[in-house]
Amino acid sequence: MSQAIDRLWSALLDTLLMVGVSSALALALGLPMAVLLVVSGRGDLFPNPALNRVLGWMVNLFRSVPFLILMVALIPFTRWIVGTTYGVWAAVVPLTLAATPFFARIAEVSLREVDKGLTEAAQAMGFHRWHIVWHVLLPEARPGIVSGFTITLVTMINASAMAGAIGAGGLGDLAYRYGYQRFDMQVMVTVIVVLVALVTLLQLCGDRLSRRLNHR
Amino acid sequence: MVSLSYPDTGALSHSAVATRASGAAHITLEALSKRYPGQAVDALHNIHLQIQRGEIFGIIGRSGAGKSTLIRCLNRLEEPSGGRIVIDGTDISALTSRQLVEWRRSTGMIFQHFNLLSAKTVRQNIELPLRVAGVPAAERARKVDALLALVGLESRQHAWPAQLSGGQKQRVGIARALVHDPELLLCDEATSALDPETTRAILALLMKINQQRHITIVLITHEMDVVHDLCHNVAVIDQGEIIERGPVWQVYSDPQQETTRQLLNPDHQTLPESVASRLSDRRLQPDDRLLLRLRYTGRGAQPDIGALSALIPGEITVIHSAIEWVANKPIGQMLVLLDARHEAQAVTPQLAHIADQLEVSGYVTGY
Repeated sequence: MSQAIDRLWSALLDTLLMVGVSSALALALGLPMAVLLVVSGRGDLFPNPALNRVLGWMVNLFRSVPFLILMVALIPFTRWIVGTTYGVWAAVVPLTLAATPFFARIAEVSLREVDKGLTEAAQAMGFHRWHIVWHVLLPEARPGIVSGFTITLVTMINASAMAGAIGAGGLGDLAYRYGYQRFDMQVMVTVIVVLVALVTLLQLCGDRLSRRLNHR
Repeated sequence: MVSLSYPDTGALSHSAVATRASGAAHITLEALSKRYPGQAVDALHNIHLQIQRGEIFGIIGRSGAGKSTLIRCLNRLEEPSGGRIVIDGTDISALTSRQLVEWRRSTGMIFQHFNLLSAKTVRQNIELPLRVAGVPAAERARKVDALLALVGLESRQHAWPAQLSGGQKQRVGIARALVHDPELLLCDEATSALDPETTRAILALLMKINQQRHITIVLITHEMDVVHDLCHNVAVIDQGEIIERGPVWQVYSDPQQETTRQLLNPDHQTLPESVASRLSDRRLQPDDRLLLRLRYTGRGAQPDIGALSALIPGEITVIHSAIEWVANKPIGQMLVLLDARHEAQAVTPQLAHIADQLEVSGYVTGY
């Protein structure tokens, strides 16, 4: 029994590690990408239609490939980056590449929803363009960005289970090997309960934080 | 790729060139025009205008007349298509984008929808333009305190904008527009989202700022009362052109253009055609009926029909009535036709207390 608990615990840690690292990277890469997508649009703060098109095209490309296929297709790239195609760190590569454009699109929507009047007022007051990004767009979009990041986290937990199934470890791996291959319902049910608890907790924290940041 | 540039305070020397003499032209527009891409007609066409230092200048017009485009050209939120905008001796239309950022700090602007940052408190909203301009913290605090006192919001300084009333939000907008001690304040329909009482308070504040700080104020509005109560000079804009200009008393008392008359005399919009076409300023026939406009501005008079008919015998016909109750006070107007026996000179003293303002619109023939 204690062996089973140990297995569950280490699988949970693996999942948290995979999701945590890839989501942190997605935040660090996706947010600047979202800002670029917004401000490089025609007639916006830093108009650059070519960059805008390339970026939008890249985001669409990665978003349109199902995660399972993306993971397999990225195997050579993953091996080149982390030196292996097996285990938690190997899963971080495709997870990050899936999460970044996903989060970038959601953050982009929040940034676009910022009232144009605010940008205009800031221009009228003598803000430089990067001041507007930093002091107007990002703070005003913050509640939406936090909600979007929560959605990204939950989606990544989902995807990490898929990564587990092809040998990345974590809760998905546990459920697949014991629940699917050995018909161990108890393990299956336990994993489901842990996942539901994890997602519920994340969603709750995300909603709370977003509400606290929202003064509209 | 995107290129970033950094503030260069030495880049602009307009303040050294500026003259501060009162009564001198502060703003000169020469053949200003604006055409939006893909449009067949100019949004602004060949605008020539001079605005004196220290005056309150109103620009009125119907919606779509081009007044918003005009005021937004003054700080180049809108890029003019042609002509020159000279403010304080600086040709605004020739500034580079970096010079423009510096220049805009010497010009305040307030907006119809206030445009306050929801994620910042009242105090932070006022302070932010100083922060981005690199003003030291101690000086920022001193300035923000003084401005909070000026607009009367010290007690609400840590509130979020969403917790404020419309009037309070506009006060924050005004404080924020004044942080850089501008010599020019642009007001883009600044009171159009406010109720009449709050509008009066905001106008009083603007007048105080104009008098205490000698700031030139340019405001656009479609509300005739705003111009009447606040402005020294006025320009009337219609279809992108200035059709009339002059001191407010002159334009209001003797409008030269039909559009101005219509703007100034809302009767034209509210009167049925059958009444408007038979309206004259003298009695033409013995049975002509007197048309009165009773205005309610929330100063105490009640729209009491009973009191009116008790004072004025005979038939009274309500032609138009639009009264809103704001904070339990009637705001609006009523147009009534009195019986043919009544003369303007005789009834107006009798009716003085029946409305906050009483106007004789004229006599209507055959109604």
